[in-house]
Parts: sequence; C-alpha cells; structure tokens
Amino acid sequence: MALFLIRRLLLLIPVFLAVSLVIFMIIRFVPGDPIDNLLQIGSTEEQKTAMIAAYGLDRALPVQYAIWLGKMLQGDLGEAIILRQPVSTLIAQNLPHSLILGSLALAFSTLVGIATGALAASFKDGWLDRLVMTLILLGSTLPSFWLGLLMILLFAVQLGWFPVSGARSWSALVLPVLTIGIGGVALVARVTRAAMIEIARKDFVTMLHAKGVPPLQIQLGHVLRHALLPVVTILSLRIGWVLGGAVTIEYVFARPGLGSLLITSLNQRDYPVVQGCLLMLAIAVILGTLIGDIVQAAMDPRLRETLR
Amino acid sequence: MALLDLSDVTVSIGVLTPLDRIAFSIEAGEIVGVVGESGSGKSLTAMAVMGLLPLIGGRITSGAVRFADVELNRLPERDYRALRGRRIALISQNPMTSLDPIRRVGEQIDQVSMMHLGLGAERARLRSVDMMRQLRIPEADVVHGNYPHQLSGGMKQRIVIAMALAADPELIVADEPTTALDVTIQAQIIQIMVEMARRKNVALMLITHDMGVVAQACDRVVVLYAGRVAETGSVERIFAAPRHPYTKSLIGCIPVEGLPPGGLKGIDGVVPGVANYPTGCRFHPRCSLAQDRCKIEAPLLRALEEGAAACHLAGDPP
Amino acid sequence: MTIPSSALGRLLRTPRGLGAAIVLAIIVLAAILAPVIAPYDYAAQNLRNANMDPGALHWLGTDEFGRDLFSRIIYGARTSLAVGVTSISISMVCGMALGAAAGYFGGAFDRVVTMVVDLSWSFPEILLALILIAILGPGLASTMIAISIAYLAQFTRLTRAQVMALKSETYVEATISLGAGSGHVLFRHLLPNAVTPVIVAGMLATGDAIILEATLGFFGLGAQPPTPSWGAMMSSGTAQIFIAPWIIIFPGLAIAITVIAINLFGDALIDALDIRQRLREG
Repeated sequence: MALFLIRRLLLLIPVFLAVSLVIFMIIRFVPGDPIDNLLQIGSTEEQKTAMIAAYGLDRALPVQYAIWLGKMLQGDLGEAIILRQPVSTLIAQNLPHSLILGSLALAFSTLVGIATGALAASFKDGWLDRLVMTLILLGSTLPSFWLGLLMILLFAVQLGWFPVSGARSWSALVLPVLTIGIGGVALVARVTRAAMIEIARKDFVTMLHAKGVPPLQIQLGHVLRHALLPVVTILSLRIGWVLGGAVTIEYVFARPGLGSLLITSLNQRDYPVVQGCLLMLAIAVILGTLIGDIVQAAMDPRLRETLR
Repeated sequence: MALLDLSDVTVSIGVLTPLDRIAFSIEAGEIVGVVGESGSGKSLTAMAVMGLLPLIGGRITSGAVRFADVELNRLPERDYRALRGRRIALISQNPMTSLDPIRRVGEQIDQVSMMHLGLGAERARLRSVDMMRQLRIPEADVVHGNYPHQLSGGMKQRIVIAMALAADPELIVADEPTTALDVTIQAQIIQIMVEMARRKNVALMLITHDMGVVAQACDRVVVLYAGRVAETGSVERIFAAPRHPYTKSLIGCIPVEGLPPGGLKGIDGVVPGVANYPTGCRFHPRCSLAQDRCKIEAPLLRALEEGAAACHLAGDPP
Repeated sequence: MTIPSSALGRLLRTPRGLGAAIVLAIIVLAAILAPVIAPYDYAAQNLRNANMDPGALHWLGTDEFGRDLFSRIIYGARTSLAVGVTSISISMVCGMALGAAAGYFGGAFDRVVTMVVDLSWSFPEILLALILIAILGPGLASTMIAISIAYLAQFTRLTRAQVMALKSETYVEATISLGAGSGHVLFRHLLPNAVTPVIVAGMLATGDAIILEATLGFFGLGAQPPTPSWGAMMSSGTAQIFIAPWIIIFPGLAIAITVIAINLFGDALIDALDIRQRLREG
C-alpha cells in the first residue's frame, strides 16, 4: 500500500506541471501586452520595470515559467489588479467557504445517492424504482443554476425558510448544498443501481444464497459493497463535477468562495486572480482524483495487487 | 425413508418447461451421479433442490421435493434459508466466480459456521482452518487470510468445498464441480470430495457429464436427457446392462485403455433446445433403435428389476 | 447513411421516442421561424411595461426593460441551438479525426493523445470552458470555441475506442493483410462503422452544451446584450426575483424542456440502434 501511494504521488507531478503550464500560458495568449494585463491601469514606469524584473518578463518563456512556478510554490500568486490585495490573501479568505460547500455537497450526494440507488435496485422495476429513475433523469438534465434559482424562489422568497444568499449562517448552506447535491445524487444513484443489479447476477451471489445468508445481508453486506467500487471510481473521476457545480452555485447564491471570485475576476479581467483560482481548482480536482484512487485501492484487494 | 426425494418435479421458467416430471431419490450417505450432456437440465435440478429457482425466474409448477420428510417446495422461505448451507450445501460449477472476490476466503468459510452453528469468530476460524487441513490445503492458516485471486483454481474449489462442509450438512449438491478446472486437478478434487463425503457420511448429489467420474465415484446414477429422467439405477447395473439407448451411448463415450484408434464413439446430433423438444421420446431423433411409436408416445419412467428406465424398448433386455 | 431509416422507424414507434421527436421538431421550427412567430421585437424596450405579469398582452410577461419574454425566449432558442449544434459539430469532427488517427496509427501519437484526453477528462467541462474564456475573453464566438474544446476529449476517446475495436475485427485485418492502403481502410471500413455511436453521443452532448452555454451566459461570459440568450435572461432576472419570478422560470423551463427532449430522443435512438454497449466502450 505504501509503495502504491508513493507511485501514485509521483504520477501527480507531471500532471501538475502540465496543468500549471496551461494556466501560466493564459496570460500569454490573452491579446495585448502581458505586463499591462498584470498591472493596474495607470501604473508608473517604475512599477512596470519592477514587475518585469520580478517575473523575468524580458527573459525566455521557459525561464518565465520557472520563475512563476517557483514563486507560486512559495505561495506568492501575485497581486490582484482590481482588489489590490495579494491573490494568496484573497484565496485564503475564499477557499474555506468553497471547501465546506464542496465537501458537504459531496457527502450529501454520496450518502443520499447510494441509499437511493440501493433502494431502487432492491425494488427493481417497482414503482419506487421508476420514481427514482425519473428523478435521476430530471436531476441529471436540469441546469444546476436554474435549480438553484428555483430553490431560492420557493424556499427563500416564498416560504422564507432559508436566507436568499450570502454565507453568514449555517442555514445559508442548506440550499446551495441541496442544489449541487441533486446532480451528484442522480449520478451516484444511477451508478449504484446499475452496479447492484449487475452484481446480483454473479455466481458468488447465488453461492451466498446457497449458503443461507439472509437476502438483506447479501444485498447490503456483499452486493452493495461491490457496487461501491464503481461508485468510488465515478466519484473520483467526476469529483470535478462537484467542484464545477460549486463554482456555478456559489455565483447563483452570491456566496463567497473560489467560484464567485473566479467569475467576478473573469468579468473584470483580473488575470492574476483568475490564474490563482484556476490553479487552486485544478489542484483540488487532482487531489480529489488521488483520494478516489486511494479509497478504491483500500476497498479492492485485486486493485492493490495490480498497482503494486 | 430416503434423505432426498424428488417426485415428478416439473419446473417452469416463463412459458418454457425445462424440467419435466423429474423423479429420483438419494439415501443418507449415498453418492448419486446425475449425468447428461449440457442442456439436459442437470444444473436446473440442482437449483430446484437448493430452492434457488426464483433467482433465475423459475418455479416448481408440480411435484414435490422432499428432504428428510419435509416438503421443501412448500416450506416458507425463512425456514428454507435456515436449511441452506446448514443441512443442504452447494458446491458450484465455477470456483473462479463462486467466491466473493473482495473478501478473504477464510471469512467466507467462517461465515457459514458463524451463521448456522452460532460460533464466535475465533472458534469459527479454528474450525475453518481445521476443515481446510482435512481438505489437504497446505499452510491452511495462511491461506485463510488470502483473497480468492491469490489462489489457484484447484485451491479455490477446495475452499468452496470447505464452505459446503462447514456446518456439517447431510446433503451436498455438487454441480459439475470440476468442469472449470485443469484436467490434471479434476481427479484430485473428485477424490477429495468423495473421501470427505464417505468419512463424514454426507450424501452427495454429484452432477457431471463424465460417465468415467460416475464409474469411479458413485453408488447410483440418474441419467437425464432433455429435461426428463432417462434411466436410474446402481452403477454396477447401469454399466453392466444399460437399458436406455441414451445411457448406452453415454457409456460408449468413455475412453478405455487399449481402445483401437477411432474406436471412441460420440453421439450423433445434439440435445434439442428447451423451446423445441421433439414429440414422443425426446431422444428418438438421435436413437438408432427408434420406432414409429417412439416419435408419438412419450415413454413413462418404469421400474425395472433394478432401477428404472423411460424407453418403450426397455422391457426387452438388450 | 449512418443512421438507418429502419432504426428511425423503430424509434418513432416508441411513445418516448415519438414524443421527444415531436417536442424537438416544435423547438427547432420555432427557432427557425422566430421572426414569424414572435409577437414583438425581442429588443424593443418599453419601460412603462416593465416586469409585467404573464397575461393576454404578453403571454409570458415582460422583463425589467419591458421586453416581451415570449419573443425573447423564441429568439433565445436560436442562440442556444446554434451554439449547441455548431460547437458540438466542430468538437465531433475534430474529436473523430484525432481519435481515429490515434486509434489507427497508435504509437507515440496515441500515447500523447490518450494522456491529454485522460487529463482533461477529470476536469469538469465548466472549468475547461472557463479557462478558455479566460484566454479568449467573453462573447458568443469564444463560448462556441470553449464548448468545442471542452467536449473534444469525449469524442476523441469514443472514436479511438471504436476504431481500436473495429481494427481487430477479422474483415479489417484481412483487408489490411491484402495490402489495402491506410486511407482506404480508415475511410472505407473503420470510420463509416465508428461514426454512428459518435453521432449519437454528439446528439446527447448537444443537450449538455446547451446547458453549458446557458451557464456561461448566466455568468455574463456568453452572448452579450442585446443578443437574447436563455442564460443571460435569467441572469438579469435574478435582480427581479422578488417581483417578477417568471423572468427566471420561463427561460429555465425552455432549457429544461429542450434538454430533456434531446436526452430522451438520444436515449431512444441508442435503443433503436442497439448500440448501448458500444457507447460504453468509450
């Protein structure tokens, strides 16, 4: 397992370099002089010269990338043009909000999704199964920002149960978590259901029945346990979905967070902040995939073997 | 009183009737071979005895399966479940797929004695390891902690056998237990199974398509053809004087030492599918002795001086 | 012909397929005939009629500038469908070229393509699109390019899997061993057979692309005013959520109906063509 972990971590380095290179290049692809895109309008010549010296902007691109990467690894993500603060400070302020929202939404989609999927599979082709399948279809096709708006309309504006926006109280988290969660629940439930139905047909399940194991115990202790493997695969592959959902939903609910920060900065063309946010989101996606792989290996002895 | 008795068991899956009035019995401690080509209904008979037909969408539509005087097909599912693994155990066809791939093999044996005999984890473990030793599994206490993918096919089948024996059953249904294994290991596994059955006085319903195995291992034989019983009888009588032409051809398929080249006979044609069974005797299209009567009238299973046969011509000794 | 007419016939005989086809046909017709159908000019402001309730005069009400919502939604369908279809078409063509080349020729090229595809696969489309918008700047054209690139991985992956599977089939191996050129094998044997699942996947992706376009529009990064777009309409509606909730409800409903119809149609198409297994290979 330790060897597996080390190998898996080493594999992350080229991925991280590739992603950071793309993000680094953003500013070079944007029309206009990169220096102007990195500085406030009306900056003096001295400030420009200082910027050029600090980032080696007069040197070759690979050198610039090395300098940028070095600074970034030390936590120096540059200065926000509009907000006039270090990008790292902005991210430090916003990241906790996104982390809480993202992890709650992930937990909600996983737990509710698995439970719904398992129920649907156990009552396959019954009315409950059909209802769940319909909800899954709706949950995976409706645009999440619209769902968010409808939730606000119903629960915040009409019923007044939850705040319309912001992040001042815990109750402000309920609607955003639900909104992101619905898409995740649909995905997890669909995979759980399909996997359980497929696994229930396997020989070893027949054998469990032949051993006299009660059906409920077979369903929960064996079939569901197996079905969790593809669920974890999907979750680790698509942990980004949750993050993507978080980006959108933060904006809809006007919550502080990386997503809101990113979209506001995109609209304001505040490139240092855009780069910082994208970098953090990319790191989150990469780490999410890593965690998924580790959980998977912990659950499946065969996988541990092949990856050793 | 027989330990297991099937009387005219008919099984339906949807509109099809793959088993038609199956009748035979097994005494306590007896080893009975159930033979036939693939498609003859052997595995379905096993599922019917285990009460697992609902898993494949099938059910017993008439007849009765009696086990130690209990009519199994009328038993509530709860009580049936208490019998499974406890008094009637299954050894399945493919050891590669019969074990849960993400659980240690030992746990899977322990599960049976913990569930049915109420043993604690540690005692169940000791019992399983002891059983594994009896089945000549080397380093049994290490293997107990292995996962299925770490074991060879032969070892896995020994694990499945240990699982079947774990709660001291009275009857073991072994559904082609060696088909999926290498030829070299097949004999070993059969030998081990028969040895254990004899030592523990467990009745064994040994499903196979190999008459050679039957000759070596069994006391009695049930020959199935296309969902019906063709012939039953003691191994001695069946091999010495088979009454059903199908039994005769099955025996003709066993390779014997000193056979001249080309002397091994196969049976022409194949078992018909369940959707298009022929009328009359289902074997008549492949039977060299078939008469007009065989094409129209299905022969009943009639008692002989020893055993029974379902053939219009079985009255006349061959 | 990549989708046999017999399959279309089977599709239209199922209630689900027929219903989805009819709804889709209505939406497409409405988009094409927008100038004929729309009762008002989509851009005509009338501040005295701002935030009017749905009623006889304005069937779906008006927005904060007094513009007729029904007319704007019909014109919005043009934007959504155009962006969805154009960007997915571009994505499909490029993905098929990349995937076919990678699957057929293999080697270092295949490894590089697979690596990039796998990498971008773990990133949500919205994040990829936002990165591209960051480079290209907001607007309709950059939205289309961003969506095309965001979905490129999916089509590359699917085509590659199809070509790899077909390549090992006996008849293709026989053709190659008879000395047929790469071009002949690729264009006469592999692509025609690989293309059906890709087209169906493209159909389904169009629904996702419409949602992505609406999301970007909602962020203010897509179509810029006065071009009517479902996403941007809802964005401006958030400010009126207390007084005129219909500005949010109706454009969202339009998206939902369109996307569900596309998904049901695509799903029925998969069944009619019996290619669910082949789609899974990607």
